[in-house]
Amino acid sequence: MANVAAAEPTHKRSFWAGIGQGRHVLGIAFMVPAAVFLLFFLTYPLGLGVWLGFTDTRIGREGVFIGLENYQSLWGDSLFWLVVFNTLLYTIAASILKFGLGLWLALLLNENLPFKAFFRAVVLLPWVVPTVLSAIAFWWIFDSQYSIISWALIKMGLISAPINFLGDVTNARASVIAANVWRGIPFVAISLLAGLQTISPSLHEAATLDGATNWQRFRYITLPMLSPIIAVVMTFSVLFTFTDFQLIYVLTRGGPLNSTHLMATLSFQRAIPGGSLGEGAAIAVAMIPFLLAAILFSYFGLQRRKWQQGGAD
Amino acid sequence: MTISRRDLLMGGAGLAAGAMALPMLSTKEAIAQAVAKFQPEAGASLRLLRWSPFVKGEEDAWIANTKKFTEATGIDVRIDKESWEDIRPKAAVAANVGSGPDIVWVWFDDAQQYPDKLLDVTELATSLAGQYGGYYPASQAYATVNGRFVGLPLATIGNAVVYRDSWVKQAGFSEFPKDTKGLLELGKALKANNHPMGFTLGHGVGDGNNFCHWVLWSHGGKMVDEGGKVVINSPETVAGLKYVAELYKTFIPGTESWLDVNNNRAFIAGDLSVTANGVSVYYAAANDPKLAEMAADMKSTNFPVGPIGKKVELHQTTTACIFKYSKFPKAAQAYLAFMFQADQYNAWLTGASAYCCQTLKSFANNPVWTSKPIHAAYALASETLQPNGYAGPLGPKSAAAMADWIVVDMVAEAATGQRTPEEAAKRAQQRAERIYR
Repeated sequence: MANVAAAEPTHKRSFWAGIGQGRHVLGIAFMVPAAVFLLFFLTYPLGLGVWLGFTDTRIGREGVFIGLENYQSLWGDSLFWLVVFNTLLYTIAASILKFGLGLWLALLLNENLPFKAFFRAVVLLPWVVPTVLSAIAFWWIFDSQYSIISWALIKMGLISAPINFLGDVTNARASVIAANVWRGIPFVAISLLAGLQTISPSLHEAATLDGATNWQRFRYITLPMLSPIIAVVMTFSVLFTFTDFQLIYVLTRGGPLNSTHLMATLSFQRAIPGGSLGEGAAIAVAMIPFLLAAILFSYFGLQRRKWQQGGAD
Repeated sequence: MTISRRDLLMGGAGLAAGAMALPMLSTKEAIAQAVAKFQPEAGASLRLLRWSPFVKGEEDAWIANTKKFTEATGIDVRIDKESWEDIRPKAAVAANVGSGPDIVWVWFDDAQQYPDKLLDVTELATSLAGQYGGYYPASQAYATVNGRFVGLPLATIGNAVVYRDSWVKQAGFSEFPKDTKGLLELGKALKANNHPMGFTLGHGVGDGNNFCHWVLWSHGGKMVDEGGKVVINSPETVAGLKYVAELYKTFIPGTESWLDVNNNRAFIAGDLSVTANGVSVYYAAANDPKLAEMAADMKSTNFPVGPIGKKVELHQTTTACIFKYSKFPKAAQAYLAFMFQADQYNAWLTGASAYCCQTLKSFANNPVWTSKPIHAAYALASETLQPNGYAGPLGPKSAAAMADWIVVDMVAEAATGQRTPEEAAKRAQQRAERIYR
């Protein structure tokens, strides 16, 4: 561009050409569609949700601004606190399991296995199947009378009565976490596998020559090199888990005795079947601080450059 | 026509004359009469949003009736279906944004949530009431707000106790017990014979709510008093919860995780002797040649009577509402008026094979109720119906309390022993007070 201008210094630019050449106007013009897109499809719904949380809107009735009343009422609602506890338990337990098993799977798949491509494709299956479909499959697996797990154990003579998967509080929590982990592992495993493949083999070779053990190579090469990917993957994984809805809705609808109710399902239950859009929105908004905390933790906690390069914190 | 002499005599003189004239008119004329009153807008076309059918014959009958209407009037009616639990959000969105279907079949207290968005159909509803013996009180309650009709009570989806006759006899009961005490005895005997009963205690919108409200109401407990004050923590409620804790011991394991489908599944598999369900569980067996023996052994009855001495049940109710935003309110009313005429409504009830119970008393002698013995219990659905949030008014609060599973959770907590009956009632009181503040 500069060369063209230099070659024709006497050329008088028209107004429109000026706009076409200028950085500011044209730049803004190019950005407008993206900005409008973001504004309409991200900011507006989020803003509306936050606003609804401050109103007493009901289905079929415009609400008025009531300040923090929804939040005050939730503060005194023991069901809400039970649900917060459930959500944290669900997210933390499922994320830890997904990370551990996902990393393990990624390390295995990174080895030279026969039919490597096939296994990598198969691992993705739980992630590819629509959630509702896999949830229905788990619904059968966890059925109180016709569970295949109970059936198999009874046939093997290990238990005498079917396991009450979704009826007992502890069992139900473990069952939904297991289903979520099953579904979430592929995402973690395949993403970490991609990360593993970016680690140069020469580092491992050099370490091996220096006499590093397998554990030392993992601890001082693989893990630090992988940590930026881990941060991103686990942030997403935590966000997906924290906002899970479909699995719970199909499996238990929050039961038994609300022990598997999550914030997302309670938000829906209060807003749509219950009709209190304002309160439902307030519960959804109450999820935001937790989500922000998760993002900040991964950003500041796991992406520290120094630590990755072997330095002290 | 199935209007009895008694109904004719009971109707107002003018209306009776109208009803009497009807049988003599041909279908076309009857349509003309029903429709003419509303003078549909020129070029009208309608959209109906309904729940997906549970019984195919019901949908077929409704479509056939609609076709007759379209042929007679030239008004096209598009019928959209949604799974029954999705109707609530869809209808709510339509009400909020002011566009969508002209007519919607809503559930329970939905019509009470946005009465201002619904067309006042009092005139049509009262004329139908005069023509067909009046509405059952609870059916009418679901469709009216401050004395005006915001929809036409369409049907009660009956829930009844379904049981295996031979197993009940084997347990030493020549007939199904008529009271709560007898049911408990039967439960113990069945459990001893390894044929346990089972009622839904999980978050099953239909079956869970039905059973748990029966436990509460049959013992005289209620969510709120007439003024809307929460009174669920009462000796009556506690008595009901103590009863269910005993009854639960006779259940098949796992009922606290059951959603709407599980009891059907267990019953059809032959693992369950007694449960409560819509008539669909019978047809699942009857339509399967391999289960002919089971179908022949199945019987139905209404829930036993508790200490209050009368039959009370929640059931599910559905109401046909017209949105105010509809461009063709007259055509929509003409359509509903036509569908409620005896020829059409009777055909529809018959097609539904006892799944839908009439809301207008005259239709109680529809032949469907006597065509099979198992249908008989379902004929009483509208009669035993007691509105949600009894004894308080229907409205957003009663809907919110049901959506929050207050009664179901309370009954399940007490039944499974997670909380003592007293604690469960106290907790329900606290939760309900949050909603009814």
